Amino acid sequence: MTVNADTPMINFTLDGEAISAFADESILQVAKRHDKDIPHLCYKEGLRADGNCRACVVEIDGERTLAPSCCRMPTEGMTVQANSKRAVTSQKMVLELLKSDMPKQGESPYKLDSELDQWVKKLNVGEPRFEARNQPAADLSHPAIAVNMDACIQCTRCLRACREEQMNDVIGFANRGSHAEIVFDIADPMAASSCVACGECVQACPTGALMPANNVGLEVVDKTVDSTCPYCGVGCLIKYHVKDDKILYTEGRDGDTNHFRLCVKGRYGFNYIHNPLRLTKPLIRREGIAKTMELLDPNDLDSVFREATWDEALDFAANGLKKIRDEKGKKALAGLGSAKGSNEEAYLFQKLVRTGFGSNNVDHCTRLCHASSVVALLECLGSGAVSNPVEDVKKAEVIIIIGSNPTVNHPVGATFMKNAAKNGTKIILIDPNRTDIAKYASHHLAFRPDTDVALLNGMMHVILDEGLQNDDYIAKHTEDFEFMQAHLKDYSPEKVAPICGIDANTLREVARLYATSNASMILWGMGVSQHIHGTDNSRCLIALALMTGQIGKPGSGLHPLRGQNNVQGASDVGLIPMVYPDYAPVEHFENQAKFEKLWGVALDPKRGLTTVEMIHAILDDEIYGMFVQGENPAMSDPNQNHVREAFVHLEHLVVQDIFLTETAGFADVILPASAFYEKDGTFSNTDRRVQMGRAAVNPPGEAKQDLWILQEIANRLGCGWNYQHPKDVFEEMRQAMPSIAGMTWDRIDTEDSLTYPLENVGDPGEPIIFTDGFPTSSGRGKFVPASYIHADEMPDEEYPLIFITGRQLEHWHTGSMTRHSPTLDAIEPDPVVTIHPEDLQSMGINAGGTITIESRRGKIVAYAREDIGIQKGSMFMAFCYNEASANLITNDALDPSAKIPEFKFCSVKVSQGGEIAKRTN
Amino acid sequence: MAVITISPDQITKRKRKGPKGHAVDLASLADIQTLLGDESRQHDLLIEHLHKIQDKYQHISSKHLVALAHEMNLSPAEVFEVASFYHHFDVIKEGQTPPPELTVRVCESLSCAMAGSNDLIDALENGLNSEQIRVQKVPCVGRCQHAPVAVVGQNPIDEATADTVTTAVNNNDITATVTDYIKHPQYLADNGYQTLKGVLDGSIDKEAIIKKMEDSGLRGLGGAGFPAGRKWRIVSSFDAPRLMAVNIDEGEPGTFKDRHYLESDPHRFLEGMLIAALTVGCEAIYIYLRDEYAGCREILTTELENLRKQFPSDIPPIYLRRGAGAYICGEESAMVESIEGKRGMPRLRPPFLAEVGLFGRPTLEHNMESVYWVRDIIEKGPDWFASYGRHERKGLRSFSISGRVNKPGVHLAPAGITMRELIAEYCDGMQAGHEFYGYFPGGASGGILPESMADIPMDFDTLNEHGCFIGSAAVVVFSNQDSAKELAINAMKFFEEESCGQCTPCRVGTAKAAQLMEEKEWDTDLLEELSSVMVDASICGLGQAAPNPLRCAIKYFPQEITGK
Repeated sequence: MTVNADTPMINFTLDGEAISAFADESILQVAKRHDKDIPHLCYKEGLRADGNCRACVVEIDGERTLAPSCCRMPTEGMTVQANSKRAVTSQKMVLELLKSDMPKQGESPYKLDSELDQWVKKLNVGEPRFEARNQPAADLSHPAIAVNMDACIQCTRCLRACREEQMNDVIGFANRGSHAEIVFDIADPMAASSCVACGECVQACPTGALMPANNVGLEVVDKTVDSTCPYCGVGCLIKYHVKDDKILYTEGRDGDTNHFRLCVKGRYGFNYIHNPLRLTKPLIRREGIAKTMELLDPNDLDSVFREATWDEALDFAANGLKKIRDEKGKKALAGLGSAKGSNEEAYLFQKLVRTGFGSNNVDHCTRLCHASSVVALLECLGSGAVSNPVEDVKKAEVIIIIGSNPTVNHPVGATFMKNAAKNGTKIILIDPNRTDIAKYASHHLAFRPDTDVALLNGMMHVILDEGLQNDDYIAKHTEDFEFMQAHLKDYSPEKVAPICGIDANTLREVARLYATSNASMILWGMGVSQHIHGTDNSRCLIALALMTGQIGKPGSGLHPLRGQNNVQGASDVGLIPMVYPDYAPVEHFENQAKFEKLWGVALDPKRGLTTVEMIHAILDDEIYGMFVQGENPAMSDPNQNHVREAFVHLEHLVVQDIFLTETAGFADVILPASAFYEKDGTFSNTDRRVQMGRAAVNPPGEAKQDLWILQEIANRLGCGWNYQHPKDVFEEMRQAMPSIAGMTWDRIDTEDSLTYPLENVGDPGEPIIFTDGFPTSSGRGKFVPASYIHADEMPDEEYPLIFITGRQLEHWHTGSMTRHSPTLDAIEPDPVVTIHPEDLQSMGINAGGTITIESRRGKIVAYAREDIGIQKGSMFMAFCYNEASANLITNDALDPSAKIPEFKFCSVKVSQGGEIAKRTN
Repeated sequence: MAVITISPDQITKRKRKGPKGHAVDLASLADIQTLLGDESRQHDLLIEHLHKIQDKYQHISSKHLVALAHEMNLSPAEVFEVASFYHHFDVIKEGQTPPPELTVRVCESLSCAMAGSNDLIDALENGLNSEQIRVQKVPCVGRCQHAPVAVVGQNPIDEATADTVTTAVNNNDITATVTDYIKHPQYLADNGYQTLKGVLDGSIDKEAIIKKMEDSGLRGLGGAGFPAGRKWRIVSSFDAPRLMAVNIDEGEPGTFKDRHYLESDPHRFLEGMLIAALTVGCEAIYIYLRDEYAGCREILTTELENLRKQFPSDIPPIYLRRGAGAYICGEESAMVESIEGKRGMPRLRPPFLAEVGLFGRPTLEHNMESVYWVRDIIEKGPDWFASYGRHERKGLRSFSISGRVNKPGVHLAPAGITMRELIAEYCDGMQAGHEFYGYFPGGASGGILPESMADIPMDFDTLNEHGCFIGSAAVVVFSNQDSAKELAINAMKFFEEESCGQCTPCRVGTAKAAQLMEEKEWDTDLLEELSSVMVDASICGLGQAAPNPLRCAIKYFPQEITGK
């Protein structure tokens, strides 16, 4: 904030000195700004001031009692004394009273240099003259967080962190008077409560009553490293505290994406990298050991694989690929790169496939994720990325959240949505299931799964019918509106209501809300994209925004919430069979020419195969060799029996990863690679922010940097690369990609986060795009009408129930990271499928008992978990448990445009009982 | 130091069964939905809904609590923290035993303590079957003139003995007593509601009313003593919508005047309340009644219905809300929090309720008795009220007097009267065998004065220089058979029990002070240091006044404290 002669200041005196405050500053804040230390405990910057500890009390002339300086705004001419005898007596007594109830009436036994200890020292508070209270019991039930309420001073910072920042609403202030205590749920042990272990309370606690488990707070660390998070697309900034080359604990940083907040995975889920099961040596399949459909148990590793030197393994890997390339043709090879690795790694991987293998058979897990969203966005708007960042939710009046469960999959992003709701923003939640964020939704449309197109067309019909569209915007910035208009005539709310299960009045209400607000934003996820009509679903969302002009301004737009920490980046740098970096279609001659020039090699003019198509191609004897880096298709692809069959059949599989994943079990050679915390690189989050990841620890054993391994393979295939540092790769990326051409590695290193488009050096970067038209050839956004079709495999008599897959908070995707984190694995150790209790009753299954689920493709056994939020007639399961792999059940029917499988809908039958299979990780 | 244990096995089983925390039990959800019917689920009704559960099942099981939370779109923690704040809700978790169906509540505050509540409690605990009857020690139930008091279910047993209590228990005599009071027809016959009608039809000028209120000098009778007329003027200066909140949480030990007026002439209060609301321009009225006054609740429920029938459309909606056993909800901002369905924790001021009050709106908050006098002041004129008074003070006070006097009860007397005059002229002197030794001029929080200082006029402002205040004029008289020290300890324990727990000086201060006061020898220096901080730094009047009896005991009864 720039201060000039016109900035309104409030002049008052503090301890005899003249001092000036801004209009919204408390006495405490002004004092701090002038380096005056008024003791305080319940006040924490960023949290609402509560004024309960009374350590900050000051004397104000004319007032009978002392005032809490954290909560009082100065008025013109006020006379304040923080150092008067009266004020200091109270400040010190407050500290003494609190100290008298600390364990042993001494310093915090849980945290070095706690805030209470600091103030006690500063104010020279002596030994307490009061008897201690009866101390409450310790609660060490939770794997990640130690709760020691004998150090609690009832300042409620944890409560405000939980209820007002993260809004998980787990912490309460129960009972009264000296019995008043911080509780979780109904005074439950933390591990049994609804606590999601986001750790916001731990971060807020001034005394160590809430700490990371295992006393890490008492250790002195060697160094701290500023980096980001390897998990989701929110891209939180995190500080890692490192001792003896191990990450001990984390702290949230003040990134624009997270503002100090984290979730359980980012905060506590880093210890998978220290799991002894980490791959530390290159491995080659023993001669004569055939591949089988059985997943390989790490305990049996030695009987299937033998250790090798790097040279041997690299030669074996590269020679196998080269042989197939040269004998069976360039298209006989394929590569799956990683959405978790850095931009530099992903860029090199697609370059390796395109220049080393010689085809466009390169893909990554976006195929299974937002492929349909991106195809629709490219088709309609000319750009496949979000239009507004997640933080714009605070500027929106209306938010539609459709097919997304943000409190589970983008937890920190969800906290900002909840904050916005508390501030008056209306959340319209469109999800068959009642998820946690429904609590803050003004409308929850629990519609029938699979009927998005009908529902959304119904809403658009209402908008046109009531004249709520933005004619100006349509005329100026869109094309093909007439087709949409004609198409929507057939989709009245009365007509779609019986299809989607939402009554016409509600459809009208939400359509009006969305269309008429000053700023409406749409955020969506897999519920929209993972269907055979996923592209159609997204076309409808785009049309909604275009016809109402709810795009191109703050608090509006279209935000497909990107899942992986770098799936946006992996897509941007061209890890996609149809496009080069920056989404330049490979089949356009000018693009091919540009990259042939940049890379100095002739390129394949035809688009390549997508992930699921590769699997079919293996079984059709079109693909013989694959290079899989940081991906796990033997768990993440649909119809796993088919997938695993293909991997058994594949002649030569090279796997580069950090653990023996399910896919690695099918490999011919395994190359041990670096985890996120062990590398430097840039990573692009869901908001188009390119952020810097920095190595905090070294890879274990002989595991190597992914970048080094890729270069070694590439050079054995004749690529002749010489990248010394990720920075070198970034420099080349800038030449390949106009969107980031203006970014420099050094600037990202300094500022931690830059947003693209940033086309010229020195540009600020553009968080909001489409402010004046679209990057299509016409400059206009296109309306593409979608007709309602149903899922590929509808329920019938034999398979009467709907099976929906997704994720859980604690486990990431196929579990390759999180099930190796003792902390996360302890929080969610068992495979569960969630079902409505009434459905369980009619199935004759007790909650907590085992249930067998079967589709036409496969069968699994899991525990039946009841959840009143699940829509009856359906069930939900995460695909992270290899002892109950949900993708053995799922359907590999594909969306025709995007080739994304229909993970979100297939038909199953269930029966009570069954034995859970053996877990192999 | 015990560690909370939940075995890993238990945890694993729970996780397989349901989502984190407590799964919603469908049968319990059905119970709650039936209980709530189609009443609103808005959050400010949380305490009302908790009462429904407690009334029906005599406790609140965790299953019902979770179901209620689900039904009201709150988290279990949000419901539990409210339920656990209030003494009248028994939250019973799985594995815990619910209390017996019948509870006998025995008051142990000042007057009842003097009248032998300890012995009564012992006798009942030994004599009654603990599996069928729960005996609970409770703070002042507002019947001090009938000490000792035990409440069997909702039925108060005055001048209770173990025998009379046991008889009531055995006869299942558990319903509230509804006294004989001036009913609606009689009130009307006596010119009732004429003034209200005048306000409604505009024939009585609102500005004139405010002026009369100002000129009368009437000050808030709940204890804070803010000039009523000025309050009306201030609230009406803020933008609409405005609300009114009436405080009948009468919980100060020694106070029972509000109950007295409710049980004798409720409509006079209701008329005054409506006149105030209409004059200031409040669009709704919330009456907050302490839950211990079950008989008054019946009276008000009945008479509010009659009132609504008489004025079907002209008067603002009136909502009757129950307290749930928390003295702190007598503090105006804590009361407002409670009406909003939250824990009764006082707010920081500024801003004051007049500007930002109930639901964030400008709020006219009054003690019940303050509006009880509005009709008289308007009809008889401000001079009428001001014409009363003694020793150069003005106005009338309803003194609730209890303790060692012959005629305890509510005595309407001139403001400024002295204690000695009160005892002689209104209370028929001290009981036989009791020599006047000391008195609490304003309940537990107003401090303690010795007999030698019984000639000070009792009114607002007159006692402050002595470290006391008149508050709600709750007078407790004690004798040479009593100990000022013990009474001071009784008062401090009361404050410790009733502290909301929000701020350090009160939450920890009252506990530490009580500990220090239980020592054989008081560390008077430390107690004084602690007292000054509690007065200076507590958020609300409870913490600020809690040291008064303690300081008075040291200052005025040194022979008991230091032996000098």
